Amino acid sequence: MNLTLHVWRQQGPEDKGRLERYQAKDVSPDMSFLEMLDEVNEELIKEGREPIVFDHDCREGICGTCSQVINGQPHGPQAETTVCQLHMREFKDGDEIYIEPWRARAFPVVKDLIVDRTAMDRIIEAGGYVSVNTGGVADANAILIPKADADTAMDAAECIGCGACVAACPNGSAMLFVSAKVGQLAKLPQGRPEAARRVCAMTETMLDQGFGNCSNHYECEAACPKGISVKFISMLNREYFKALPKLKGNKDA
Amino acid sequence: MILDGKCPSGPLADKWDNHRRDLKLVNPANKRKYTILVVGTGLAGASAAATLAELGYNVEAFCYQDSPRRAHSIAAQGGINAAKNYPNDGDSIFRLFHDTIKGGDFRAREANVYRLAQISNNIIDQCVAQGVPFARDYAGYLENRSFGGAQVSRTFFARGQTGQQLLLGAYQAFSRQVQAGKIRVHARTEMLDLVVVDGEAKGITVRDLVTGEIRCHAGDAVVLASGGYVNVYNLSTNAMGSSVTAAWRAHKKGAYFANPCYTQIHPTCIPVTGDHQSKLTLMSESLRNDGRIWVPKNKGDQRPAQQIPEDERDYYLERKYPSFGNLAPRDIASRAAKQACDAGLGVGSGRGVYLDFTDAIERLGEDTIRARYGNLFDMYQRITGENAYQQPMRIYPALHYAMGGLWVDYNLQSNLPGLFVLGEANFSDHGANRLGASALMQGLADGYFIAPYTIADYLARTEPGKASSKDDEFRDSAAQVEGLTNKLLAVNGRKTVNDFHRELGHIMWEDVGMARSEESLRNALEKIPALREEFWNNVRVPGNGADLNQELEKAGRVADYLEFGELLARDALNRDESCGGHFRVEHQTEDGEAVRKDDQYSYVAAWEYGGTGKTPQLHKEPLTFENIELAVRSYK
Ligand SMILES: Cc1cc2nc3c(=O)[nH]c(=O)nc-3n(C[C@H](O)[C@H](O)[C@H](O)COP(=O)(O)OP(=O)(O)OC[C@H]3O[C@@H](n4cnc5c(N)ncnc54)[C@H](O)[C@@H]3O)c2cc1C
Ligand code: SF4
Ligand code: FES
Repeated sequence: MNLTLHVWRQQGPEDKGRLERYQAKDVSPDMSFLEMLDEVNEELIKEGREPIVFDHDCREGICGTCSQVINGQPHGPQAETTVCQLHMREFKDGDEIYIEPWRARAFPVVKDLIVDRTAMDRIIEAGGYVSVNTGGVADANAILIPKADADTAMDAAECIGCGACVAACPNGSAMLFVSAKVGQLAKLPQGRPEAARRVCAMTETMLDQGFGNCSNHYECEAACPKGISVKFISMLNREYFKALPKLKGNKDA
Repeated sequence: MILDGKCPSGPLADKWDNHRRDLKLVNPANKRKYTILVVGTGLAGASAAATLAELGYNVEAFCYQDSPRRAHSIAAQGGINAAKNYPNDGDSIFRLFHDTIKGGDFRAREANVYRLAQISNNIIDQCVAQGVPFARDYAGYLENRSFGGAQVSRTFFARGQTGQQLLLGAYQAFSRQVQAGKIRVHARTEMLDLVVVDGEAKGITVRDLVTGEIRCHAGDAVVLASGGYVNVYNLSTNAMGSSVTAAWRAHKKGAYFANPCYTQIHPTCIPVTGDHQSKLTLMSESLRNDGRIWVPKNKGDQRPAQQIPEDERDYYLERKYPSFGNLAPRDIASRAAKQACDAGLGVGSGRGVYLDFTDAIERLGEDTIRARYGNLFDMYQRITGENAYQQPMRIYPALHYAMGGLWVDYNLQSNLPGLFVLGEANFSDHGANRLGASALMQGLADGYFIAPYTIADYLARTEPGKASSKDDEFRDSAAQVEGLTNKLLAVNGRKTVNDFHRELGHIMWEDVGMARSEESLRNALEKIPALREEFWNNVRVPGNGADLNQELEKAGRVADYLEFGELLARDALNRDESCGGHFRVEHQTEDGEAVRKDDQYSYVAAWEYGGTGKTPQLHKEPLTFENIELAVRSYK
């Protein structure tokens, strides 16, 4: 099939950026979306033009690196599918496709389709962990966890940190991402003692880093390639409200 | 030269304990005076960085991705082994050790592998304490399953995302130390040289992938945890950025490269569809627990799988290896698939065999299969457009893992003092073939539990802050890296970097692939240097060096592969026997099984760099087995 692409080109964060038009010829339905772009790039290089830069690594839908807004949707039209796992059989001959980077205040554009998502790392650094040093821990089966809780923790833990939820949210909120980590740890006994501090620190950092707040649009859930449920946002809110009184006057709680 | 792996003497079970007692310690008040550079934030790098920082050292961590959490380890699907014997089915540390040595075709170091089996149990405890959500049963206990090459259920897993969960556990421990100010992260930064001062590793030279700036970092020790090199074959299951560059550049600075010809070909990948293909996707090996592998008995049988009657199917693994059947080790299962396809029995494009769940679905119900493997079936459908609940999957072997890597001693230190190599980047624990679920185990054992002790022993004998990035060695290194970048940009030829990578991959797969012969290897050793020469005259790298330039990044990696591929082929030629993933067609039994030559090749081949295109020097580390009897590896 033959396609017309409109691709966001932006030299750097200071550049204004614009959409440019490219033709993708003889595209096979077995190609992934990124392989289609690879082929377009090969042509551009041979013509002496600069290839389109985009982020990707595993190409298996798990590392969370790929990040493109395709026809207005983060990760494109297929539900629960990252861009690298989107295949060209989802498109048809003659389609026009608009490809843009994630857009959010907290994600400055680095170049073309690449944005800077280190703000998400800083949210995890603020408390998205169990504070345990290596060595000297109890036998793994000394901590029993009901299967239902382990399964729910795993549902949340599937988040790949891609940031599509942020890109989809009209407020640029990272609530789904934050709730996935808070929700995972909230379901487990290991991280409980520091739960209050965790949820407050992560939420505060989220706002400090320039992400917006949640006003229940649910666009995040629709865009999430891992199907992370907004129920974790309610869990995050519950954790937060539980934490507030504990933290009053006692920052070390 | 005969190399010494420095394995401690004494009874196997006490070696590590005794050795740890002898290792020197760094005074707690002095630890903050030392800086350790950690290249790589996969399981090995992130766990090492976190642990070293917890202990009090200053850590600088580097990765080429935008975040440490995206390292290639994240993609591991199946699980991680440990000798816990929770299922009470006869497992033990000794049995895990035994299976791993035998699985590696007796080409790994006994002492290292025993230590790995011992530590495996601590890893599971550690990960659970971190909140890694492993699968559990209804009583709340951890669940286990079995994996290729093992008859006991010793594999711990988190759906099909074990690598992701383990890496996030390590990344979280790492992030905690970033917050504590003990780790400085340099993401989107690629190591392009190792700096050696007075024979010891004291720093690295990197390129900032966003600004193009070439920078030097000095430290008291360097930890390389930069992963494996199988992308030298172009198509593999590895992430696109996985490369040999960090290890190769260290090799060029004097670190020995061991057993590069040991590469693992994984039997259960989704087959190739065309030239546009950029990578191959693995279907977790755990599928072999319930899937049955077969091909039609008759050549050219074009009927859909369901219409081929039972007695016209060849369940060749069950037939040839009755006691392991579909769970035969990877090299055996891969070779058997290739043999079937070469004999004209392949399905789909001819390069594929069936992995069939019909029986399992009948026996257990579709819901159970969906609960066990649902995400894999979904992934298969996204890539192929086929529904594997209704028709068998098609699979074919693909390059997957590097058992070779930089040579290290028992302390995980290379022959260059101060250079420690962990995880897939070193060579030590898997021998000629790696059993499933053991790479994750090794990465975390190295990072959490071994290197932090052994690095202390080195640092205790080293004065902190000896090297500075202003030293001559650093300036020379930066100039060299700068020169290479300019050279790549100046060629301005007609072929793209990908064109060269594809051509190299083709040579590697055809001549140095699943089956090798003296002839094919000599052929590769002629073709690779020619291709390398063409590369330097005809590659086109657009753009410039002072910018984010992905073609330039790739060009540097492919340039290294064009040198490294030659070493791999040379090692394969030197090893005139068949073992594990290294199959020399000259050495096989009548029914196609590998024939080892223990009297001549029971050694680690460690190569010393001699210059591009020049013959490298071979050093041998003899392998001795005191606790296990060398036997023909049989899975019948
Ligand atoms: C699809 C798949 C499934 C797998 N499943 C399993 C499984 O079920 N069980 C199992 O045990 N094993 C499995 N493996 C193998 C296992 O995942 C890997 O061997 C292991 O994760 C390697 O870990 P590592 O820490 O050594 O390296 P990696 O995770 O590869 O990390 C390498 C790190 O080094 C960095 N790096 C590399 N080069 C440079 C450079 N030049 N400069 C700066 N940084 C650099 C990267 O950024 C990255 O952070 C699987 C592998 C794949 C591909
Ligand atoms: S919640 Fe979903 S969309 Fe958001 S970062 Fe995680 S995986 Fe991506
Ligand atoms: S490239 Fe890893 S998720 Fe898409």
